[in-house]
Amino acid sequence: MKTKRVTAATLTLQLGACSYQTYQSDFANAGVEDRQFLILFWIFVAVCVAMYVLVIIFLIAGIARRRRAGDANVVETGRHHQSHPLLRGGLIGWAALVSTGLVGLAIASFFADRTMANAAANEKLSITVTGKQWWWDIQYNAADVSKTMRTANELHLPVGVPVRILLRSDDVIHSFWVPSFVGKQDLIPGRDTDVSFTPTKVGIFRGQCAEFCGVEHAHMAFVVDVEPYGDFIKWWERQLQEAQPPSTPLALVGYNYVTTRECATCHTISGTPTGGRVGPDLTHLASRHSIAAGTLPMGEGNLYGWVEDPQSIKPGSKMPTIDLEPSDLHAVVAYLETLK
Amino acid sequence: MTSKAELQSIEEENRELEKERAKIARDGPDLTGAALAARLERTWRRPPGIVGWLSTVDHKEIGRRYIVTALIFLALGGALSILMRLQLARPDSNLISAARYNELFTMHGSTMMFLFAVPVMEGVALYVIPLIIGTRNGTFPRLNAFSYYLYLFGGLMLWGAFALNIAPDVGWFAYPPLSGPEFSPGKRADVWAQMITFTEVSALAAAVVLVTTILKARAPGMTLARMPLYAWAMLVVAVMIIFSMPAIALCSSMLISDRLVGTHFYNAAEHGDPLLWQHLFWFFGHPEVYIIFLPATGFVSVIVETFCRRPIFAYPVVVLALVSTGILSFGLWVHHMFATGLPRVGYSFYTAASMTVAIPTGLQIFCWLATMWDGRPRFAVPMLHVVGFIVTFVIGGLTGVMVAAVPLDLQLHDTYFVVAHFHYVLIGGAVFPLLGALTYWYPKITGRMMSETLGKIGFWMIFLGFQLAFFPMHIAGMMGMPRRVYTYPAGLGLELPNLLSTIGALVVALAVLLFVINGVVSLYRGAIAPDDPWDAASLEWATSSPPPVYNFAHIPVVESRTPLWDVDGELPVVTGLRVDDKEQLLTTVVDAEPDVREPIPEASPWPFISAVATGVLFISSIFSPWAIPVGAIPVAIALTAWFWPKDMKRQPEPVII
Amino acid sequence: MIRSVRFTEDLSHLPTHKFGTSSITWWGVIGFMVIEGVAFALTFAAYFFLMGHEQGWPPEGRPAPNVVAGTIFTIVILLSEIPNTSIKKAALAHDVGTIRALMPVMVVVGVVLLIIRAFEFNSLNCLWTDNAYGSIVWALLLLHTTHILTDWFDTVVLYALVRTRQAYEGRRMEDVDENSLYWRYVWLLWLPIYLMIYWVPRL
Repeated sequence: MKTKRVTAATLTLQLGACSYQTYQSDFANAGVEDRQFLILFWIFVAVCVAMYVLVIIFLIAGIARRRRAGDANVVETGRHHQSHPLLRGGLIGWAALVSTGLVGLAIASFFADRTMANAAANEKLSITVTGKQWWWDIQYNAADVSKTMRTANELHLPVGVPVRILLRSDDVIHSFWVPSFVGKQDLIPGRDTDVSFTPTKVGIFRGQCAEFCGVEHAHMAFVVDVEPYGDFIKWWERQLQEAQPPSTPLALVGYNYVTTRECATCHTISGTPTGGRVGPDLTHLASRHSIAAGTLPMGEGNLYGWVEDPQSIKPGSKMPTIDLEPSDLHAVVAYLETLK
Repeated sequence: MTSKAELQSIEEENRELEKERAKIARDGPDLTGAALAARLERTWRRPPGIVGWLSTVDHKEIGRRYIVTALIFLALGGALSILMRLQLARPDSNLISAARYNELFTMHGSTMMFLFAVPVMEGVALYVIPLIIGTRNGTFPRLNAFSYYLYLFGGLMLWGAFALNIAPDVGWFAYPPLSGPEFSPGKRADVWAQMITFTEVSALAAAVVLVTTILKARAPGMTLARMPLYAWAMLVVAVMIIFSMPAIALCSSMLISDRLVGTHFYNAAEHGDPLLWQHLFWFFGHPEVYIIFLPATGFVSVIVETFCRRPIFAYPVVVLALVSTGILSFGLWVHHMFATGLPRVGYSFYTAASMTVAIPTGLQIFCWLATMWDGRPRFAVPMLHVVGFIVTFVIGGLTGVMVAAVPLDLQLHDTYFVVAHFHYVLIGGAVFPLLGALTYWYPKITGRMMSETLGKIGFWMIFLGFQLAFFPMHIAGMMGMPRRVYTYPAGLGLELPNLLSTIGALVVALAVLLFVINGVVSLYRGAIAPDDPWDAASLEWATSSPPPVYNFAHIPVVESRTPLWDVDGELPVVTGLRVDDKEQLLTTVVDAEPDVREPIPEASPWPFISAVATGVLFISSIFSPWAIPVGAIPVAIALTAWFWPKDMKRQPEPVII
Repeated sequence: MIRSVRFTEDLSHLPTHKFGTSSITWWGVIGFMVIEGVAFALTFAAYFFLMGHEQGWPPEGRPAPNVVAGTIFTIVILLSEIPNTSIKKAALAHDVGTIRALMPVMVVVGVVLLIIRAFEFNSLNCLWTDNAYGSIVWALLLLHTTHILTDWFDTVVLYALVRTRQAYEGRRMEDVDENSLYWRYVWLLWLPIYLMIYWVPRL
């Protein structure tokens, strides 16, 4: 079967957010924190542009100034150790202006920081994200332990609800960054960090690891699906359900392969005998928007391509390329597609 | 332990030596002009041939070698950046694989920061400073030579590794645990860490040379308050090097130690901490960028003075700005770590400090602009580069103020916005003034003028090409493009900024090529340069172009901040210095009063031999810790031979052989 | 444009060597001392940084280093300042005889200290591979050992030179003066390291 490699371009088209250019962008303004960022950013831009204009005006004045022959304080007139009297006042004024500007910007920055800290103070939702080379291990936490749920590379969030994401790393330093909502936070082995934010727009967004973490750092992305609260709860409940048992003969063959051969060493599908924790949880794989942490859009062709030869799509990733028989490949993909 | 017989013979010898001392030839009214020049030339020139070439202790030769070597590394690092830009020109590109791309950006950053930027600034300083302060050589000339060879060997090791396909691939900043033993098997990260050791030891040695030269070897009368602003800038920079580089030498040694002998400095599982690396690295890393930038401010001051025909406005303010920038730069490093989850209260301090450091730089900019306004600017090529610097660097400084604010930095950190920021301050703030300074001092170094026409074309190309290459990166970063990614997906709106950046980068590369062509062709076809082609004020223009090996026939006396503009063609000089052996006049630190006549060492191959032994020690310790005790032995022998007098006969006045 | 020179004072009477801040080698030695001092200060900072993460120090309730060897070392190195000061004074006075008599003492002291240092390594009760505490303690002790070794070697070479007629050169007295200065630095730096390795864990 010829593998069909669909590029990320198709993924982005499939995501179809309201404005395709802002689902991974500071300009998305899709979170309380990002909105604060944009306000502060434009304040800084205004002040900095004003300062820059002053510098350029002074520069142009120096270049274009009309000087009468004997006037200038230069070595040719012998007055090179004197200065125009206005300049002393100019220097003091400039120092005062720069200092005031910087103090003002620093104060604006502190206020924005505090506003963001307060806004996220009452998180209603707690998620733990563990960064691994090169995917995101996600766990939704709940007071009732039976409601905690593990997934990978995709977050669903209820719109308008503050969320706190606890960040850990199992291997190297990563960084959790979904610019449409909030600034980034690093995931550091041996430390617990966290990021809090409130998404304000419904839609599909994209985040990406922002700390160089090894060979496939560029392919460590994740999808964030912001939904109305009711839809979010339904999604969570579906994620809690165990995997559907295979319903077709082909899927059964695939089920047998997956649960007894190489796949089970790394992956878990709840409701089956698999228990591998090295790789992502696959229980609801087919319900996700992407494969391999944002590398490929979800789809039958891409599943084929990924399962058959992950090393050619994401060389260096921890999933080895196994020489599958074509019949096994068909069966495995057929089974995986049932994991919705 | 001293027998009477020995004491008696020493006293006799002392009497003989005293008699001989009276016969020593010294410069002065009786020995001047062509006769003096001939004798000084014989005394100061080094032996010919390969051995002589390897034995030089002349600061001008060493400075030229630094500059040429650094420019070669600039070209190599630039070539890497073109490859990177070709890969990033289109989304989802597979022109270059992820693994290879990671090597490219690691090599690009490491080459530019450690093998180009700091060494070129050191090289220009080692060449110019002794001339501009009116002395015959840098202090510790053999240490000076040693520092060059170590730098060269470090660069050769890194690029040799690249040629052998074991180039480092963990970024120029090599964060553990990624760079640690578990996640970077093999020797790539060790090569990186040991390149650091080479270049940092080299830079520290050069810094000691610069500090002592500037403080102790200035011409009589050149008080600290009369010292050229470029010398002030290099004094501050050399002190900064001494205080900052041990940090990276320490943390890179700890990394090698983790990788080679199983220590756990950065291993969180065994009570270590990856953030220990970041603190130590950035404690060095932040001052490092000012170590690159402040010499450029020195260039700007020198060029503005000469081409606006007056000294810089408010000299004391500029000096204070240099010193306070140097000091403040040590209090900023945590702004590289805003995303690591440290306490927010602490971050506020670093935001405030990072913004404060903009004030002294802002004052320097006012002073330069005031000098232009109050003087009569002439826009020769060096001055054009200064204008380009102002227009470009200030943008970078302002985006720096932006990322100093934590809420802004958390979005912008580790994105192409920061890539834009630091290229604006490094290229706009350091490379533009450097190109101006190389054009300015080219006549002094080579005796010829560079082509003004080619220089102007090259300036406009690099200035405009730079804006095209790097301005779009601000946008790309804000539209979601993180750093250090070998490709990006289509549909995020990143295609256009990246394509523009690639085109701009190609223009910049052509401009640099044009500069190099100008430099090479002008060696043969440029107009012959007089002593003082720009009619400038400082002492390096009081001697020929290029200077004789002994710099000045007579050591000048300085009476103002602009000596050549204030002496009406007749230069006051001191007399009485030895002519038949190499001697340097040391003066007091603040007031530059004549103090000691210090012998200068003869040419010696031992710095080169010591550097080879040290290089073998460093490189072999990548492979085994036993290399350290074993490799230390040849180093100790070479250093002993370096120091041991080659002729034990006592002289009427001391010589260093 | 310089067309001529005007001769001012004759400097041939200036000395060719002086001690202290007038000596260029003094500045070089100070420069290297500052570099090493910064490296040590940062190592101290790393020690306390790592310690700040822990509830107990050494972590995991392991035993602290045994103080005996380290304390003997400290006493010996402090006592060595007595001959060291005599040598320094003799250098300023151009007293070659005293220098030739006392420098071998410093050479022997160096060897003795290195032997005691070997015992210290053996009584640290930890290995550099145990954990970050072991790593930083061994790093501190190793850095200081390198300090002792290099200065000891300098002293040996300088002593050999002082045994020759070159001793009567004023510049050699500068070298001896600065070598003694550097020895003071070696034991001064030892004091905080001694406290950090042996006593901070016992606080």
